[in-house]
Amino acid sequence: MNDEIILQAQDLIKHFPTGASRLLQRPTQVVQAVDGVSFSLRRGTTLAIVGESGCGKSTLARLLARLIEPTSGSVILNGTNITSASPKQMLRMRRDIQVVFQDPYACLNPRHSIGQSIGTPIRIQKTMNRSDERHRVFELMELVGLSHEHYNRFPHEFSGGQRQRAGIARALALQPKVIVADEPVSALDVSIQAQILNLLEKLQTELELSYVFIAHDLSVVRHIADEVAVMYLGKIVEIGSPKAVYGAPAHPYTQALMSAVPVPNPQAAANRKRIILVGDVPSPIDPPSGCRFRTRCPRAQDLCALEEPALIDRGHGHPVACHFPD
Amino acid sequence: MTEPLLSVRDLHVNFGTSEGDVQAVRGVSFDIGKGETLAIVGESGSGKSVTASAIMRLNFGADVRVSGSALLEGQDILAMSEEDVRLKRGRDIAMIFQDPLTALNPFYTVGHQIAEAYAIHHPGTSKKELRDLALDSLTKVGIPEPLKRVNQYPHEFSGGMRQRIVIAMALINRPKLLIADEPTTALDVTVQAQILELISAMQEEHGSAVLLITHDLGVVAEVTKRVLVMYAGRLVEVASVEDVFHSPTHPYTRGLLNSVKSLDSERHSHLEPIPGTPPSLIDLPSGCPFHSRCQYAASLNGQCSSEVPELKAVGNSLSACHMPTAELSSLLRSMQ
Repeated sequence: MNDEIILQAQDLIKHFPTGASRLLQRPTQVVQAVDGVSFSLRRGTTLAIVGESGCGKSTLARLLARLIEPTSGSVILNGTNITSASPKQMLRMRRDIQVVFQDPYACLNPRHSIGQSIGTPIRIQKTMNRSDERHRVFELMELVGLSHEHYNRFPHEFSGGQRQRAGIARALALQPKVIVADEPVSALDVSIQAQILNLLEKLQTELELSYVFIAHDLSVVRHIADEVAVMYLGKIVEIGSPKAVYGAPAHPYTQALMSAVPVPNPQAAANRKRIILVGDVPSPIDPPSGCRFRTRCPRAQDLCALEEPALIDRGHGHPVACHFPD
Repeated sequence: MTEPLLSVRDLHVNFGTSEGDVQAVRGVSFDIGKGETLAIVGESGSGKSVTASAIMRLNFGADVRVSGSALLEGQDILAMSEEDVRLKRGRDIAMIFQDPLTALNPFYTVGHQIAEAYAIHHPGTSKKELRDLALDSLTKVGIPEPLKRVNQYPHEFSGGMRQRIVIAMALINRPKLLIADEPTTALDVTVQAQILELISAMQEEHGSAVLLITHDLGVVAEVTKRVLVMYAGRLVEVASVEDVFHSPTHPYTRGLLNSVKSLDSERHSHLEPIPGTPPSLIDLPSGCPFHSRCQYAASLNGQCSSEVPELKAVGNSLSACHMPTAELSSLLRSMQ
């Protein structure tokens, strides 16, 4: 395994202003979507970020690729801070970091043929002339398992899995080092999910890619990740190898999340103890004081309301943000 | 089994489109006993939701053709007049849908909508009684502060709470059959666990039968005893939940299970997906609808591409596959 750090997030914060008062021209409230996230991604590995809706994982994905500007904090790609790069510098750096989106239908232009769409990054970056581009697109289509005759077809003629293959081919067009995949398989049927996951694994080995894989499906993540970060209300609550996070989760939220996943095995399902959390995730506009999970936590004590637990190793071999980890 | 609650026979549903007939359901037959939980699993386009809505008589429009029968305690829902169906719908059979926000009317309070579901089948109930009923059912499905919540609108609730409200609405008339069409697909896993728990608690209390439509094999393993597997509009396997997971008899079921990434699976273990994609329902292949993706089709001398396989007994299961029974079971045993 490689120890070189290819991508780093440093105390990333994204607050969206909301409920703007027209009179004062000032936002009255902020949604604390991502609130102090740091991690490092090693070259050639996969970091998975899991969490439920509203935990800030998709906002984090967009911050990493600088599709939106962070409120504060920085993203270091291959040693360079991309959050402070000028638009011109950023354009150059985008060759190294590309995004695969959840809905491959929404991210492909319906009026462009698949071949045109896959070649778009090449035309924007002007890295090749037209005939080389065409050649490269054919190469990419082969790589992701599309045939040459698909070149002139349009997105509506494709199945969901094929469209996602096209989305992946486009992300690979500029030979990036890092791919941020935001729920790349959650819109697909299981039999197709498996095909796409196998494809992503194959590409990682062949092209030495590093992935940030955003997902809500814990079983998919287990399959593909080298490191797993669990997010809750804008913060990472636990991070570690899949073995540690799945096998010996220490944070009460991770434990509840793991126990809630339906297991496709009737005997295991009957024998296992489920932790059912009460209530819903609190609003990120007004998160609880101290630990953000304390309102739903079965182990919460007075300290949890007063002091925010830091994400540090508390004797479990991996960092956990909980005052009373198990 | 004694007299089944619902008995569906040879159900066909066709949708006429400008590109041709979409044969969404092609000859589906099954029974549900009183109080039983039955799951239909399948991928997008397998016909599972269309089967459910046909039982509720919700497929309408000029170009929809439904044939076959669906006997609810001996009465054929598919042959009833629209007025008679309306008496059954919501009272004897209720349905909950995937997206609770579109199932609720944004202009009425949730209390009003729950009460309406009752009032339609019980005309003459007083306003006070209706309000008490609405409050009572909100409490039962676990909505905190029902006195305040009863007067709120759907947008003021979270996704999980909305699904609870839809369940309260569906169960207020104590239906004999509850059809749940992907009830937890739009929800997060921790909320999904809450809702599945609620459905089974409610089922125990009311004694309703539940027909659960889902694509999630994990959910199936958690809540049901018997499973129907659908592919391209047909049943390919009918089995107990243990048999489906431990000794699947149809190559498609097997492929589906291999595609599922179990939480116990190892990092980077190679998944075995089913090659290709499901067939178009307008231009169906001849013979077995799965033959073009099936690794065993080649060994059967073209039977798979010429003849549609019927369900036959393999062990304790029913399986629609041409492979000889003995060969199927030995093959499947070897896979374990």
